[in-house]
Amino acid sequence: MATAILMPALSPTMTEGKLARWLKKEGDVVKSGDVLAEIETDKATMEVEAVDEGTLTRILVPEGTEGVAVNSPIAELNGGAGQAAPAPAAAPQASPASGGGQGGGTAPPAPAAAAPMAPTAVAAAPEKDWGETKPTTVREALRDAMAAEMRRDGDVFLMGEEVAQYQGAYKISQGLLDEFGAKRVIDTPITEHGFTGMAVGAAMTGLKPIVEFMTFNFSMQAIDHIINSAAKTLYMSGGQLGCPIVFRGPNGAASRVAAQHSQCYASWYAHVPGLKVVAPWSAADAKGLLRAAIRDPNPVIVLENEILYGQTFDCPVDEDFILPIGRAKVERVGKDVTLVAYSIAVSWAMSAAEELAKQGIEAEVVNLRSIRPLDVDTIAASVKKTNRLVTVEEGWPYANIGTEVAMQVTEAAWDWLDAPPVRVCGKDIPMPYAANLEKLALPTVPEIVEAAKRVTYK
Amino acid sequence: MVQATESATPKRRAKGSNREPVLSKEQWQQAYRDMLLIRRFEEKAGQLYGMGLIGGFCHLYIGQEAVVVGMQMCLEKGDQVVTSYRDHGHMLATGMEARGVMAELTGREGGYSRGKGGSMHMFSREKGFYGGHGIVGAQVSIGAGLGFANWYRGNKGVAVAYFGEGASNQGQCFESFNLAALLKLPVIFVIENNKYGMGTSVERASASHDLSKNGSPWGIPGEQVDGMSVSAVKEAGERAAQYCREGRGPYLLEMKTYRYRGHSMSDPAKYRTREEVQKMREQHDCIETARNVLLELAVTEAELKKIDDEVKVIVQDAADFAQASPEPAAAELWTDVLLEAK
Repeated sequence: MATAILMPALSPTMTEGKLARWLKKEGDVVKSGDVLAEIETDKATMEVEAVDEGTLTRILVPEGTEGVAVNSPIAELNGGAGQAAPAPAAAPQASPASGGGQGGGTAPPAPAAAAPMAPTAVAAAPEKDWGETKPTTVREALRDAMAAEMRRDGDVFLMGEEVAQYQGAYKISQGLLDEFGAKRVIDTPITEHGFTGMAVGAAMTGLKPIVEFMTFNFSMQAIDHIINSAAKTLYMSGGQLGCPIVFRGPNGAASRVAAQHSQCYASWYAHVPGLKVVAPWSAADAKGLLRAAIRDPNPVIVLENEILYGQTFDCPVDEDFILPIGRAKVERVGKDVTLVAYSIAVSWAMSAAEELAKQGIEAEVVNLRSIRPLDVDTIAASVKKTNRLVTVEEGWPYANIGTEVAMQVTEAAWDWLDAPPVRVCGKDIPMPYAANLEKLALPTVPEIVEAAKRVTYK
Repeated sequence: MVQATESATPKRRAKGSNREPVLSKEQWQQAYRDMLLIRRFEEKAGQLYGMGLIGGFCHLYIGQEAVVVGMQMCLEKGDQVVTSYRDHGHMLATGMEARGVMAELTGREGGYSRGKGGSMHMFSREKGFYGGHGIVGAQVSIGAGLGFANWYRGNKGVAVAYFGEGASNQGQCFESFNLAALLKLPVIFVIENNKYGMGTSVERASASHDLSKNGSPWGIPGEQVDGMSVSAVKEAGERAAQYCREGRGPYLLEMKTYRYRGHSMSDPAKYRTREEVQKMREQHDCIETARNVLLELAVTEAELKKIDDEVKVIVQDAADFAQASPEPAAAELWTDVLLEAK
């Protein structure tokens, strides 16, 4: 049976090439792997190897021929006995729409046609009343969350620099080594890239690591594993292999530690499909969101804040207390302007609201809690009431979370807006060290007050 | 250490082997079949690429088959394997179906990742195969994590992390060596030294000329192995696996091997001579060696032909399936981004 040998494509973009030289002639016996010919493209000369075995019966394209189209027959092979079916002479080309995605002329996927992003909305329901609370620091809340989940599930463990014997660089893991032992509370060397990859590998087998970054600044050493290994594997594996892992640690500016140690990563990680990102403000946020993050089957980034660690809030004592990822919380009710904030910026927004109240402006403060997925419903509902939006965060202005919030509000509540949204955020500079300059670089309560007055035209 | 019967040992040393090959006749037959399957599969993949049915990057394993086949003979159910983007051979060796692998290459619904991963991104938890990673060196840390999981769970499992000599210069390899040695993780680090990291020869990329010593600062035992000899690979692999199973920590094997094809399909491989490639193919080919050994072990040409035909049928069936399987539904675009939280 004759098998056609086709002009091969040597790269994804090649459409034609020159048949430079035949290394076999008619009548030659050809084995798999034998070099048959050389082909020249604009980039390189490549060898064509035989796949099928047999006798080269006919050369259809003489050497030196230019512009030979990919997939056109260049020779014929007479296969030996027992030969498997030959490759079809006319190759069924992949449909041109295959790589086109939404813009390629194929119908847009029905379920999500309206949204360019994966579904984010969480069904709105009033937040559960968890009853009795007690004053708790954010630090204690984080520790209690990890301890509770580690008691509940033997697959949960904590690793990071100084988390065990030193009890945590910021004392978040205090007492955990004593309770859970060295196998579940693991001190690592200072090798973020390596131990993050190791934790991701462990998570792929179903373990549930909590990786503590001493600060999120150091997560940049490991960002390849967070994004390329943890966030994308579920998709790349067609849903086979998840990565249930938590990356947590202090994020953003602490105090006087200058540019390399003072940066907000909310925008960086929130950009990535396959990740969830939460940013707790209060002790209840910290406990409830971290517990949810540990139980979540996906990679979750928990952005904490060093300045908040020592602050005390009322936190539910209920053993089952947990918060859903993807729900914002209205921390203060108002009717004149919506202040959207996350992490420590909620404190600033609350102070600004106090100040605004004195001036006769009632601000509503929305604590995002979850950066991705974003609770657009709660934000939009607030804006539909106040008709005005100010976002507050310490991250840089360019493509920050406020940018996303403003865009989502524009899409969801355009007709309700009575003023252009305003972002109050960190200045567009690396963080300076000098005390006065650092203060100027971060958002301030007067700036928020000023922004609120601007959008209310007061 | 090596289970083989004295009588089955071929009288003549296999070409390219620096050790007495000590596989049983059945093991030689199995190895021959498995290596041939990878070879024929990769040739077919190259052909389908040429026909425009496979897109993007496509890194063929032709020439290196003895490494993964020899190592796989040392593994047990529950052990894990992770590798780079030159991964088709590893998938077939772990027992993944040729159909599913080929259909992933063509980007079809029947592929292991339902067409969403491609050549470099396939996985099978069932077969202990954890990818298929496109970032050079990433699989070394992930491999340490697979070993970590065995250590954490206290089972006797061993993880094998394969990487090229090019990747071996990545910082995270050394971080992983340190971590694995500190925690005594059961990981076999296998450097597949095929002499060229893309177009750069190992001599131009690594100041270390004996990569098997790369773990020595952390006390990781290392060996250089003739990676063109499946029996030499198997023998060293058994030693490494036993060491790991005994809880003594990681082990490093540098496999001296060779890829016949370019780095990827679009690499004309002009950084080496045709003679060099030809010499490796003619004098050190793992499949030819196995074939010669089998003939000496009184396996007949007809029996070999039967294996050849069986392999051909599997590969042709995989190619047919990979072309007949439909493209993924448009709705697949939105699935598998996140798992539903319980």
